[in-house]
Amino acid sequence: MGEILLMKGNEALAEAIIRAGADAYFGYPITPQSEVMEYLAAAKPEERTGMVLLQAESELAAINMLYGAGATGKKVITSSSSPGISLMQEGISYMAGAEIPAVIVNVVRGGPGLGTIQPAQSDYFQATKGGGHGDYHLLVLAPNSVQEMADFVPLAFDLAFKYRNPVMILSDGLIGQMMEKVELFDPIPRWTDEYIREHHGSWATIGKTPDRERNIITSLDLVPERMEKHNLHLKEKYDQMEREEVRYEEISTEDAEYLFVAYGSSSRIAMKAVKLAREEGIKVGLLRPITLFPFPKKPLERLADQVKGILTVELSLGQMVEDVKLAVNCRIPVEHYGRVGGMIPTPEEVVEALKTKIINR
Amino acid sequence: MNEEIIIAGFGGQGVLSLGKILAYSGIMEGLEVSWFPSYGPEMRGGTANVTVILSDERISSPVLNVYDTAIIFNQQSLDKFEPKVKPGGLLIYDPNGITRHPERTDIDIYQIEATRTAANEFKNTKVLNMVALGGYLKVKPIVKMENVLKGLRKSLPERYHHLLPLNEQAIRRGMEIIKLYRKAEPVNA
Repeated sequence: MGEILLMKGNEALAEAIIRAGADAYFGYPITPQSEVMEYLAAAKPEERTGMVLLQAESELAAINMLYGAGATGKKVITSSSSPGISLMQEGISYMAGAEIPAVIVNVVRGGPGLGTIQPAQSDYFQATKGGGHGDYHLLVLAPNSVQEMADFVPLAFDLAFKYRNPVMILSDGLIGQMMEKVELFDPIPRWTDEYIREHHGSWATIGKTPDRERNIITSLDLVPERMEKHNLHLKEKYDQMEREEVRYEEISTEDAEYLFVAYGSSSRIAMKAVKLAREEGIKVGLLRPITLFPFPKKPLERLADQVKGILTVELSLGQMVEDVKLAVNCRIPVEHYGRVGGMIPTPEEVVEALKTKIINR
Repeated sequence: MNEEIIIAGFGGQGVLSLGKILAYSGIMEGLEVSWFPSYGPEMRGGTANVTVILSDERISSPVLNVYDTAIIFNQQSLDKFEPKVKPGGLLIYDPNGITRHPERTDIDIYQIEATRTAANEFKNTKVLNMVALGGYLKVKPIVKMENVLKGLRKSLPERYHHLLPLNEQAIRRGMEIIKLYRKAEPVNA
């Protein structure tokens, strides 16, 4: 591990892209993540590692560049913010169907439409339930610190290639714009052509050799029997993610009588709310999902036997709350508290909401 | 130790960079730090503010409702953040351009003539934020001077390193000129 630096979340992400051995970044600028491409341009990745940095003419172009380059077994990544991610949905659905490994970063801002450039978490449904058409999921990682903005980049690449599936890093304007100290991981060399042939030659479009059939990347199959088999194969991948990739963090849950569930930036606010509530003698803990898909259902089932009620804290009108309700199967009260439109709840507000919506309901 | 600070003023007064230098100084001191700015339209000519937290524990919320310390450079920010200082907390403000002075009696209030000093003594208004930083560190010496200088060096791009001595002088001058405006009144039990 190297030097400790003070960086914005977006800058840490950008530096991590180069260090993770990415082969290409394609993107189109949008607030609040424009620092990603700005940082990359200044860092000259073409000199440091040979990585391609390309500003596309639009988000549509960027996602389809990701599709094409990802199909060759290269490590490819894009980033955008909510309206740009909406534009990318067709391409993301195609990539899920064609089983293309790639990383897509959404530094979420408020919506709908152009909305606001301020932080929000209102793209949870879009990120976790598909987003584009067809039966598919992205594996979704939700960083809540600048350190995780860096560390989740190599993790996302590992998972994308393990499952041959697009992985989304779902951040937001708060984590992207804040500065914290970060310890950057040592650079990982880019894969050689030999490495890609050996590890991904069975599927990647790297040129046909006489000893095998052509590799074809497509999401189209007009034969229903084969298409159904393909859909079931995708389902098996999502089931495997649910078995093997659930990540979460518990804070002060050992003796908790109440529980906050919050991810990303709102989990930071909920952490402070735990502290404030405990100063008043309210035993509350926090469960922070780190993977949003797969969602940490099992720890919630366990905690539902222990706590009297759950409050989700989100920068939305209530999206993740539905997954929490499903996980605890309505055995205990589950309520939502959130601010929207770029407003950020204070820790004091969250404690107050716990009292009115759960404790004194 | 957990110090929660709001720094606020006009865009261009060096509010965000004051916060960044303070945060980097905290890192050099071995502390956990966070820095969260107002961004977007507010930055374009209006008011700018940044929340900085220095702590010896993992930092929870980077966004706060009340603060241990407010460092204020204009009237709008004084009006907005004076009520948000915790009882017993600290308010430091530059009286330049202020017409309504702080009224609270349950917090320590200091004045620092940062703008005037930067303009008159240093002939460079850009260092007004460093004058204020010096004043703050005099009242609350939470970071050692050697670590502040290291933080300053890390924050400034190398092409500005010839300005390090000027910035250091401004910090030291701020330590000398900060003056008490009103001490918090003792709370009756």
